[in-house]
Amino acid sequence: MVEFTLPTNSKVKKGINHPVKEVSKKPKKVLIYRWNPEGQDNPRLDSYEIDLNNCGPMVLDALMKIKNETDSSLTFRRSCREGVCGSCAMNIDGVNTLACLKPIEEVNGEIRIYPLPHMPVIKDLVPDLSKAYEQLVSIKPWLQRSNKNSNAATSISEEKKQTPKDREKLDGQWECVLCFCCTTSCPSYWWNSDEYLGPAVLMQAARWVNDSRDSERKNRLKAVNDSMKLFRCHSIMNCIRSCPKGLNPAKAIADLKKAIVTEL
Amino acid sequence: MTLNRPLSPHLSIHKKVLTAVFSIFHRVTGICLSLGAILFSFWTILIALGPNYYSKFQTLSSLIIFKIFLFIWTLTIFYHLYNGIRYLFWSYGKMMNLSIVYKSSYAVIVLSILSTVLVWFFI
Repeated sequence: MVEFTLPTNSKVKKGINHPVKEVSKKPKKVLIYRWNPEGQDNPRLDSYEIDLNNCGPMVLDALMKIKNETDSSLTFRRSCREGVCGSCAMNIDGVNTLACLKPIEEVNGEIRIYPLPHMPVIKDLVPDLSKAYEQLVSIKPWLQRSNKNSNAATSISEEKKQTPKDREKLDGQWECVLCFCCTTSCPSYWWNSDEYLGPAVLMQAARWVNDSRDSERKNRLKAVNDSMKLFRCHSIMNCIRSCPKGLNPAKAIADLKKAIVTEL
Repeated sequence: MTLNRPLSPHLSIHKKVLTAVFSIFHRVTGICLSLGAILFSFWTILIALGPNYYSKFQTLSSLIIFKIFLFIWTLTIFYHLYNGIRYLFWSYGKMMNLSIVYKSSYAVIVLSILSTVLVWFFI
């Protein structure tokens, strides 16, 4: 359902100005979305000030500096700090990205940090991704081999070979770290997340459809051939705009649609 | 236990990125065109009813505000047309690289303005 405004419990209120602890030569204001599940209060936007001379280059460094030095209650997910794990996905300066890959320098003026858009918030910058994970499971993101044509006993132990050319077809799809930056930037997903699978999950669907070792290509295509699951994609392409890994989910979805028309 | 989890802000905080702006304008222009099509059919009915009725339309059409409205409508037609051509390419999975998407967006703006000016002042 399209609902442009936030529910009353989700409206962001003015927050606390956290006092500056050090005299800084290169100050930078950081505004962060805060919500504590233990209180009854609405979310608020807190303001912090950091000294860039004493901070690492990325937005994640700024967050960790604030957590370590100013406010230990600030909550966010992070792990690898180099764009491999996909944990620190959030909305920075209006666009979803990984905090560890976003240089502070790229943001003019104050840095505004919100959790991934249109998601239930667990605490502060931590969104509840369980629905998205459920959707990922629904496309069966694992290799499926049928034993119809070969001897069952040998096919289990048989090596599943792939030519370099077939392997190339997965490039641009296997690199996805499932941070869901694309999915949560998609207006179509905002309005239809209960049924539409979203760019990240659909690109995974394409990744398994395109795998030469998989024997369920047709069934996989049939499974996503649905007016809600797949065809809520209207080529808005916010997904390409926000992918921190530079991938192209919109293209993967377009190719899925094409394969459905030509092969089914 | 109810979690009472808030919904994170979306439209209000997401940057108005070019890709989304072009998409929503494609819809808006599409709606405007279908409304315009109804007005267009009224116009043809007025012609069919004869000069008495048509002269009433002419008094309306001589207004500057009507001209402006018609000019914007022409722009709407061309925007929807050229952007629609992009959608055709996208259906084939072509021109979907982000830099090409941006370049073709600007091309759509330039082409629709040029075409509108051409129709209004040179034809």
